[in-house]
Amino acid sequence: MSDLVLFYAFGAFAVLASALVIGQSNPMHSVLLLVASFGAISGLYVLLDAPFMAVIQIIVYAGAIMVLFLYVVMLLNAPREDAAEWDRAHPLRRPGMTRVGAVLALVLVLQLVWALSRTVDVRGAVGADAAAETVSSVRTIGRVMFSDYVFAFEATSILILVAMVGSILLARREGER
Amino acid sequence: MIPLGHFLILSAILFAIGSAGVFMRRNLITILLSIEIMLNAVNLTFIAFGRHLGRVDGQIIVAFVMTVAAAEAAVGLAIIVALYRHRESLNPEAFTSLKW
Repeated sequence: MSDLVLFYAFGAFAVLASALVIGQSNPMHSVLLLVASFGAISGLYVLLDAPFMAVIQIIVYAGAIMVLFLYVVMLLNAPREDAAEWDRAHPLRRPGMTRVGAVLALVLVLQLVWALSRTVDVRGAVGADAAAETVSSVRTIGRVMFSDYVFAFEATSILILVAMVGSILLARREGER
Repeated sequence: MIPLGHFLILSAILFAIGSAGVFMRRNLITILLSIEIMLNAVNLTFIAFGRHLGRVDGQIIVAFVMTVAAAEAAVGLAIIVALYRHRESLNPEAFTSLKW
């Protein structure tokens, strides 16, 4: 029962923080709220018996990637969106494609919730048939990652190399050699 | 215990928030942040299903998704820095030279 309470607390916090991320006009606040949202999601990972992923979520996502975002926000020093009246209007009353996008997102969530609430298979408790030890062990994760997924692992290292070269090339000033 | 459907519905809500952000915001950095929200919603689905099936494959795929998200953030932010240097703006409406 306390699990369910924790789930609702973390879930409500994650949804609230994510909604505020897209409701802010200041990107700095958006990034900090997203860090809070990632913290709540890592709490959900703990509830799902995935403590390793919860730690990785905090260290890599909230720590490294979000600091990269913060760094660029501070570097560019362009805190506000351009149009002033753009911020004041309610999303659904804004003109044209923005309104269509907002309505489509609303339809998406209604559709998914409706479909999921009518599915019988997902009503059982999560992991009722599986022991928690099988998924929470870092040893198992490591063994599977370096045997079954070793090709994907190596391909990822090449991807990171390409991304590193690409971002250095893109962010370089023109005219320099 | 928590029903599996609760995690899937939460993940659907987070994904919809992310997609709404991509549609509605007019700031390149916030659009990238919305994409990160969507990636996290999908990660939550992977881990919930992995726990339900008693396999670690879901967690491993999440690790790969995080790596790809890091690469995407690095390249995307480099593009944003380069664009800002040209136009002094983060509004995607300012970059319409290729629009037909």
